[in-house]
Amino acid sequence: MSRSHRSVIPGFGLSLGLTLTYLSLIVLLPLSAAFIKTLGMSWDEFWTAVASPRVVASYRISFLASFAAASVNCVFGLIVAWVLVRYPFPGRRVVDALVDLPFALPTAVAGIALTALYAPNGWIGALVAPYGLKIAFTELGIFIALTFIGLPFVVRTLQPIIEELEPEFEEASASLGANRWQTLRRVILPQLVPALLTGFAMAFARALGEYGSVVFISGNMPMRTEITPLLIITKLEQYDYKGATAIAVVMLVTSFTLLLVINLLQKWSRRHYAV
Amino acid sequence: MSIIARNITKTFGAYTALNDVSLDVPAGKLVALLGPSGSGKTTLLRIIAGLEFADAQSGRIDFHGTDVTDFPAGKRGVGFVFQHYALFRHMTVAQNIAFGLTVQPRRLRQTKEAIAARVQELLKLIQLPELGNRYPSQLSGGQRQRVALARALAVQPKVLLLDEPFGALDAQVRKDLRRWLRHFQREIGVTTIFVTHDQEEALELADEVVVMNNAKIEQVGTPQEVYDRPASPFVIEFLGNVNRFAGLGHRLPGAGQDVLYVRPHDVDILREYHGKHAIRVQVQHVFSAGNYGRIALVRADTGDTIDAELSRVRLAELNLVAGDEAFVVFRHIRLFPAGAFSERDVATDDTSPAVVDAGRDI
Repeated sequence: MSRSHRSVIPGFGLSLGLTLTYLSLIVLLPLSAAFIKTLGMSWDEFWTAVASPRVVASYRISFLASFAAASVNCVFGLIVAWVLVRYPFPGRRVVDALVDLPFALPTAVAGIALTALYAPNGWIGALVAPYGLKIAFTELGIFIALTFIGLPFVVRTLQPIIEELEPEFEEASASLGANRWQTLRRVILPQLVPALLTGFAMAFARALGEYGSVVFISGNMPMRTEITPLLIITKLEQYDYKGATAIAVVMLVTSFTLLLVINLLQKWSRRHYAV
Repeated sequence: MSIIARNITKTFGAYTALNDVSLDVPAGKLVALLGPSGSGKTTLLRIIAGLEFADAQSGRIDFHGTDVTDFPAGKRGVGFVFQHYALFRHMTVAQNIAFGLTVQPRRLRQTKEAIAARVQELLKLIQLPELGNRYPSQLSGGQRQRVALARALAVQPKVLLLDEPFGALDAQVRKDLRRWLRHFQREIGVTTIFVTHDQEEALELADEVVVMNNAKIEQVGTPQEVYDRPASPFVIEFLGNVNRFAGLGHRLPGAGQDVLYVRPHDVDILREYHGKHAIRVQVQHVFSAGNYGRIALVRADTGDTIDAELSRVRLAELNLVAGDEAFVVFRHIRLFPAGAFSERDVATDDTSPAVVDAGRDI
């Protein structure tokens, strides 16, 4: 390395090498295997595998439910994070720990618990059944399971940002005559947007890939409540490896594009925030 | 607009930030709240601003005869400038300045064009007419401070409150901005209160200085009054350098157990002993860089150190070097009864100092 490139921060070469190797082994290799597998298919085979009506219906339910769940989590996750940071109340630490439960719980356990709760004979399911409303074994059930597993992502990305948000900004806004709503909308929310987008992206990505908690509550009815990850498993069980990887590739490309878009959005919204 | 604060007490749990404080600020004045950290000065400013409220059942705040005690900040018509500016990072400079105007209720709100014109006017006033489209992160500290000021002034407040306005700036910028604020406050005549822990800043800038300590006001007066006629040992020690002697009493009639203070510039150094009040000292160190010479001396009898300040001409005349023997006389001594120290809470009347012009006797 030439003198002009010397830096007091050591280990650039070593750590970059390690990073690339690690990422290749853990992330890139399995993903490229999926792509390579699909290369063995003809275009027609591929198209039939990924564009059959049943598969398309599963994309629809997977993306829509994930999107809805991540959106709802943004609203309520923001409130939860705000309350946990701003207001001291008895039992706050317990509530704070509760937020992590969806992270820690085996997803199948969550799925079974949710199903028991929302099934027509469960506690909540029985409450709404008389009104003709079904939660478990419908899209609504999928949405609830995905909301459950996505919540911690939004809360945990927002918490540190809200902690850094000094009350001075709100005081400045109030002293300039803004009411609470104006302060929230024009001063607080804009500062939280980048973190909110990150939280959304993570919750959304997690929901797209979620399998364990959904399969129990969704009922897995083809064309109606079948999510894409389940379809992939089904194909695998039928030894249709190529079909499964083809769908996986579509999921992969779509989620990657979506995450990229969210990242760009976030970069754009963060442009001027650094002080 | 005049401000009157009456019997303000503020406690945070077991901690008393303000203990029955009263303050009158005449209209159009520039007033400094001066004190060490923890003295309650910022709390008092925030209570005047309506960002904090005094303890229930305690005191009231009047703005120009109107009781505003229960008014929130937004209803008091104050402009508040925060120590770290609190500029909104996601808004441009122009949007920041316009903020107060754009959040007004619709029926009072000016048109977009009128607001833009007002912003341009304020940008000119703070001498940054070209920077309206920048973001706060693209400005220097001094520029941010001025933008914060413009934002506070946009709504035409009747009172301007500044919390440590120059605290985060480097020395040169601080000096320029101080001068600019002084000039500017005179020009628009808005009643202004600023908080500082820097005595030089308070003495240089303010029409009136409020010295605070231990949740109380120690003294209120013009810079000259508080400097020349400090009301308590705290004030004399806090404002500028001072020599403190407890053991000199027996040399002065009636001094007894009292504590004496002498400013370094009231110390004169003589090569030869004459007059009964001259004290024998040894020169410890001579600092000759700066506007005046500073000399550290050690008393031969008690071993106390004495700091003296002499003009450079006088210093050259004396030609002192470390180790020399010399004599000092005090031109002006300020004396406080010893009781003023053990009992911090005695009313200021009891601690009013006796002034001894010892210099004349010699």
